[in-house]
Amino acid sequence: MDVLDLARLQFAVVTIYHYLFVPLSISLAGAAAGLHLAWLRTHQDRFLQLTKLVGKLLIVTFAVGVVTGLVQEFQFGMGWSNFARFYGDVFGPTLAVEGMLAFFLEATFLALWHFGWDRLPPRVHAATIVLVAAGTVLSAFVILAGNSFMQNPVAYALDPATGRARLTSFTDLMLNKVNLAAFPHTMSAAAMAGGALLLAIGARRLAATRAANRGGDSAAWPAYRTLARLGAWMTAIGGALTAITGDHLGKVITQVQPMKMAAAEALYRTTSGAPFSVFAIGDPSGGRPFFSVEIPWLLSLLAKGSPTATVQGIDDLQAQYAAQFGPGGYAPMIPVAFWSFRLMIGVGMLALLVAAAYLWTTRRGRTPRRSLVRLLPLLPFLPAAANTLGWIFTETARQPWIAFGIAKTADAVSPGLTAAEVTASLLGFALVYGVLAVVWLRLVRHLVRQPLAAPDTASLPSPDPAPVY
Amino acid sequence: MITLWYALVVLCWVLYFVLDGFDFGVGLLASLVGRDDRERGAAVSTVGPFWDGNEVWLVAAIGATFAAFPGWYAALLSALYLPLVAILLLLAVRGVALEFRGKHDGTRWRRGWEVALAASSAGTVALWGAVLATMVRGLALGADGSVAGNGLARSVAPMLTVESAVGAMVALCAAALLGATFLSLRTSGPVRERARRVALWTSFAAAVLSVPSVLIGGLGWVAAVVCLVVGVLAWARREALAFGTVAAGVAAAVVAVFTAHPDVVLRSTLHPAWSLTMSNAAAGDSALRLITTVGVVVLPGVLAYQAFSYWVFRRRVASGRIPS
Repeated sequence: MDVLDLARLQFAVVTIYHYLFVPLSISLAGAAAGLHLAWLRTHQDRFLQLTKLVGKLLIVTFAVGVVTGLVQEFQFGMGWSNFARFYGDVFGPTLAVEGMLAFFLEATFLALWHFGWDRLPPRVHAATIVLVAAGTVLSAFVILAGNSFMQNPVAYALDPATGRARLTSFTDLMLNKVNLAAFPHTMSAAAMAGGALLLAIGARRLAATRAANRGGDSAAWPAYRTLARLGAWMTAIGGALTAITGDHLGKVITQVQPMKMAAAEALYRTTSGAPFSVFAIGDPSGGRPFFSVEIPWLLSLLAKGSPTATVQGIDDLQAQYAAQFGPGGYAPMIPVAFWSFRLMIGVGMLALLVAAAYLWTTRRGRTPRRSLVRLLPLLPFLPAAANTLGWIFTETARQPWIAFGIAKTADAVSPGLTAAEVTASLLGFALVYGVLAVVWLRLVRHLVRQPLAAPDTASLPSPDPAPVY
Repeated sequence: MITLWYALVVLCWVLYFVLDGFDFGVGLLASLVGRDDRERGAAVSTVGPFWDGNEVWLVAAIGATFAAFPGWYAALLSALYLPLVAILLLLAVRGVALEFRGKHDGTRWRRGWEVALAASSAGTVALWGAVLATMVRGLALGADGSVAGNGLARSVAPMLTVESAVGAMVALCAAALLGATFLSLRTSGPVRERARRVALWTSFAAAVLSVPSVLIGGLGWVAAVVCLVVGVLAWARREALAFGTVAAGVAAAVVAVFTAHPDVVLRSTLHPAWSLTMSNAAAGDSALRLITTVGVVVLPGVLAYQAFSYWVFRRRVASGRIPS
């Protein structure tokens, strides 16, 4: 592989890895804030026990998110210095504003919350976790505006003397129509990630404590049941919203990057009343598939909102872009786009169905089937996979562009960078990140299996106020 | 306008190196001043509520550098590619070591993270020192603002200089002093006493080490005087004053690094005309205005709530009980 491919692979690896933890942090912060407020209002022990459990999960997840997120702040300069040099004026402020507005809020108030149980007045203490949750949402909005600039460049003017982009309006940059569509989609998908984790933990612990008590109720029963139901609702509602917002995002992307949606469907020829193929086996280099299962008119409906609308095909778009931007290939890797798009939807919907099944089988205090509970530990992997596939689709199907229509990925890589350097750094990241993943999983398993704080002591301040670590 | 934003960028870097500097120092010394699991736990928990907020100053600093001086960000980060990758990986280990250490009961688990914490803190500090020294010395920037070269040597070679070695040494001394004075300020009992002794010995050793630079001339004598003052303050048990003096000394040193070459943000060792200056590396007016507004409006608020956090956790950490 040459330096460009290596640099792209590294960007994909470190960013996807980072994004396994981000949606968890966002939704766990929201869940912890909600549970904390519920405890403050009702003073029910189960809410306090769950606040503490979710808080611990949040702390260890947030830590991995922070240290892998730092890499994101640097890698635009390290690996992609020409992008930084020419578009940093527009892209850089999103990183700076995210850090100053959101990260300080998250980091400082998460520590105040974590160590502040017996140091802060109850209301002030509850406010700290609400601020953390607000910080995660704010951070997502600002950084998605950065990504949206790459999908649909707005709010810039090219300086004719230097060829560099100049920011024209920060408000326009933030309110990019792609961001307004991508932000709700990303946030609902994040809710699914944390929800699935909480559902898996709650349901499994419920079964384990029941087994330990020979089928009888234990003191931890109400808390774990609440946790599982909360996780299931987060996954189900998040899933429904992800579908609705995804539909809207697809229509916006069809306007700004028709090639991406044509690639998602492997639609080579411009078609009216285009069908959506659920499954297809074909020649990846083009042409009609050998075999496919199609739903008539669905693609036109998804892309344009009308069953008979015309959807542009890859071949026409290629010809159009070659005329507009000069000779070159303007189609992304079609099989990657086709399958990542489908699998994202399929895997996400499967998670939604499992959560809905759990809600149905546990309605009015019923006990769920054992077979369902046995499978639930696998559930958190579904939203994680769907989130990953979504980003793989979004980023690879924009290629060859780094910023659509204005800058190509091949021109963005750092001029002096060598393949040896990227190989070395990629190995370093793979090693450290691999170890981190194993340790994180082990730690989450350990934290989850610990008994919940005893109800009678959990609400009392610990006798010693030293921050223990 | 550009000078104002340069000042804001430097302020972020200064705050980062001072604040995360004492976290590094504590990480470095926790296993030295803590003789058993509880004492080491107490030492680590002095920075527990703070380290993450402190590290965000690095995000703010690099983000501000990117937004206001994209040319500088692009040139520096791509030229020092591998050293920065190493710093990021060490920071990752350091961060999770701090967060994960107390989350499990096994003694081996804790000991393992303590060793990882000490090693990653030392490595990060040494590399930052070397990077800052390399920034002062300058890089082989070509006309396009990038460093050319072959293989791994491209971004490693600029660091293999006497200046880098001195920078790493100075940074390690500074972090140890920050950590020791912070620990003696925030702990009690034997940990506090050992931290005081570390501060004492480090400051006198650092003063002796800076003697050669006094002979060469330059600012070495200032460092020597600061070290002696810190030593005397530590000896006299003026803990807050000792910590404040080290912090001020580190802040002054970082400012000196960033203002070593007037108007030049990154010196080219190949040709003076290829150096990056404040004006040719800066972003456009609109981006600068935005960042200045955000900086002036948001940063005071950040400083206020971080100060609140330091106030909430102002009490000394005792080591007499088992950390959970």
